[in-house]
Amino acid sequence: MIALNINGHTQQLDVEPDTPLLWALRDTLKLTGTKFGCGQALCGACTVHLDGQATRSCVLPVSAVAGRKITTIEGLHPDAEHPVQQAWRAHDVPQCGYCQSGQIMSAAALLAHNPKPSDADIDTAMAGNICRCGTYNDIRAAIHTAARKMQKGHSA
Amino acid sequence: MSPTNAMDRRTFLQGSVAAAGGLVVAFSLTPTAMAASTDSDHVFAPNAFIRISPNGAVTLMVSMAEMGQGVRTALPMILAEELDADWSRITVEQAPVDEKYNNPLFHMQGTGGSSSVRAFYTPLRTAGAAARSMLLDAAAERLGVAVADCGTATGYVIGPQGQRLSYGDLATAAAKRAVPEHPTLKNPREFRLIGHEIGRTDTADKVRGRATFGIDVELPGLLTAVIARPPALGATLKSFDATKALAVKGVRYVTPISAGIAVVADGFYAARKGRDALEVDWDETASSSLSSASIRATMTELLDSNTAMVAKTQGDPDVSGNRRIEATYAAPYLAHACMEPMNATAHVTASSCEVYAPTQAPGPNRAMVAALLGLKPEQVTISQTYLGGGFGRRFCPDFITAAVEASKATGVPVKVVYTREDDMRAQYYRPGAVARLSATVEDSGLPASFKARAVAASINRASGFGKQNELDGQAVEGLASWPYKTANIHVDWAEYKAGPGVWFWRSVGCSQNIFFAESFIDELAHLSGRDPYEYRRELLKDEPRLLGVLDLAASKAGWGTPLPTGHARGIAVAESFSSYVAEVVEVSLNPDGTPKVHRVVAAVDCGTVVNPAIVRRQTQSAIVYGLSAALWGEITVAAGRIEQGNFDTYPVARMPHVPQIDVHVIESTAAPTGIGEPGTPPIAPAIANALYVLNGRRLRELPLTKSV
Ligand code: FES
Ligand code: FES
Repeated sequence: MIALNINGHTQQLDVEPDTPLLWALRDTLKLTGTKFGCGQALCGACTVHLDGQATRSCVLPVSAVAGRKITTIEGLHPDAEHPVQQAWRAHDVPQCGYCQSGQIMSAAALLAHNPKPSDADIDTAMAGNICRCGTYNDIRAAIHTAARKMQKGHSA
Repeated sequence: MSPTNAMDRRTFLQGSVAAAGGLVVAFSLTPTAMAASTDSDHVFAPNAFIRISPNGAVTLMVSMAEMGQGVRTALPMILAEELDADWSRITVEQAPVDEKYNNPLFHMQGTGGSSSVRAFYTPLRTAGAAARSMLLDAAAERLGVAVADCGTATGYVIGPQGQRLSYGDLATAAAKRAVPEHPTLKNPREFRLIGHEIGRTDTADKVRGRATFGIDVELPGLLTAVIARPPALGATLKSFDATKALAVKGVRYVTPISAGIAVVADGFYAARKGRDALEVDWDETASSSLSSASIRATMTELLDSNTAMVAKTQGDPDVSGNRRIEATYAAPYLAHACMEPMNATAHVTASSCEVYAPTQAPGPNRAMVAALLGLKPEQVTISQTYLGGGFGRRFCPDFITAAVEASKATGVPVKVVYTREDDMRAQYYRPGAVARLSATVEDSGLPASFKARAVAASINRASGFGKQNELDGQAVEGLASWPYKTANIHVDWAEYKAGPGVWFWRSVGCSQNIFFAESFIDELAHLSGRDPYEYRRELLKDEPRLLGVLDLAASKAGWGTPLPTGHARGIAVAESFSSYVAEVVEVSLNPDGTPKVHRVVAAVDCGTVVNPAIVRRQTQSAIVYGLSAALWGEITVAAGRIEQGNFDTYPVARMPHVPQIDVHVIESTAAPTGIGEPGTPPIAPAIANALYVLNGRRLRELPLTKSV
């Protein structure tokens, strides 16, 4: 048994310690919002937050994350009203949508550390997330929108 | 999870994910599930696409696969427009397999060929208008007034005195009326949905991880299978030993299926570990000498073969001119690399089979599964989930066959999941191709003749769709349709019959042939000392729609205006899927000599636009997809094995690579045409044409970074 702290709840999981966090989330906890794209930390579809950092869950064994704070797309905001999710809706970003949980988690982590990212900052932070539907320009615009929204939220 | 609210109605139809608290995901797309709470006698269902319940619920059925292209928004918009439904209150539901939902262009239930809106525009308008007419009749009778004195407004019939009768109130009465065959359609000037930027119906679920893709399907007792596959083309199974695989914790079954050996386990990770532990002996001798070089050598020989099939011939193609120009081009095999790896779920019993899959072809899938199991088609259900990308790949049933066979062999429900490597090596590729193009040019610099010989494998032969052993139009599309005014033309195709398997890939034959044709016309322009845009203009005088997009893209891009030092523009234009797209790119060179694309200006004519935002985004999408292929895409073969397996060896465009993309859409009242694919073909030649301006090097082979 391994105790994992996921989306604010501690859960006991009966999984092999080498199981990647991705598959513990998807197959054991049925939290299927986090996606499998490559299994090799190459595409970003499986991005979650580990103690607030964007992390690829497909190469992260559960044994390495016991007791650390894990946030998935399902736990980003209880009503899906995180400013990044709001901006994604305002820009109608998703096409097929498969990469978007990972994109949103990467963007949310970027904005948490860098509230006013430049285009170059966005290039760096988002380069690990592939979108085969090519929604990149909408993602970029949505990140800028979310940043403005969060700025206003702070000054208000 | 929050309680269901109005915004969450789509969650319900998409599979009760919300109600399950994110832990147990029930999955249901069947209409009976939706209709369970309503007395079906009173539901107004004038056709297969519309259901209106007495409680006012309006359900619109979508028969095409949602793979990002927006059909779950655009198709219901067409219905809701003519029905005059309240868009904010409709529910969208994925249709089951039924002939009533056949794609009118294909005569089967399948999504592809950029066909959804062009095929369904008029049928859905008619379906919506018929329902509206019946509601009007019912209202007029109830009010005792003439139908002509009634109108409709977002979910209500409005009587002559301003009486408002809701569609729900009228549903039972309307259901008793005859369905008009030729209902009056709206004047497009009255459209309040079509032509407007309506938000997508699937966005809310997709930004919170609630959209159910094939890989997310859950059933009681479901196991996951990963398949050990032949490591090389044509490799056959000699023997296997399952002992070590079965020793992996969680592995339940190891069973041969036609694709290889399925390792079936409690979850993906155990299945993959089991697959890795499985001992298999393959016979690889059949293809051990096959390589990309040997494939190219055979294709090059076919450039001179006398067995080609003629696609088009006109005038005297061997007419002499002032000069003869000839060039040979090449394009590689390409994987689709859909973001969601191939997968499918099946539950086979003695008398039934349920399939849940991200498929583009549920109609053909059902017939195939029934034949495979010896069942009647009505004993097989295919539930279509969201597709994490399609691009043609998901028209192929390989993943469904694997799931059905694995479930049959084990007697339990099985989800087959491809690893990324399995997916990339499954050999359903855009065909590699070589082509020789030649022209004779008059003193004026204009072409007197155009000849093209294409060499590529046949997608018809590989897919079983279309005619066999005849001309495969897909091998020559984009060449046989050479649009430039030329009196003498000859285009033919020599079939390459070996090598990796081939399949439909976004924009199909145009994905390589437009690179050939639009590079070649650019060569002719430069050799004649002409501006490539002006040269095309002159030769497209009789092609108003191509000319229209060409002019629009050139003017919006500021063709001919100065650029920063080290930057150059390239242009290309093409018709595909009955739509017209021109693209102007601005390119410079990275320090390592590879191209950097700064800006793409696209002009699109796809006839009547149902949703301009979707048209713009599909064009951007098609351009980025084509950009990946133009710069890096290449599947290669060595000793019979596919060399690429994941995104490290098969690079695709990422955030830093993507240029500013401006899409300009021509206003048109012509019939709507395709938009999922037509943005792809022009991007590669536009970049190659810009590179020629930049450094005088003509790159005739894709990907363009290969020759740097
Ligand atoms: S699945 Fe983890 S990065 Fe691709
Ligand atoms: S939206 Fe389809 S892969 Fe990103």
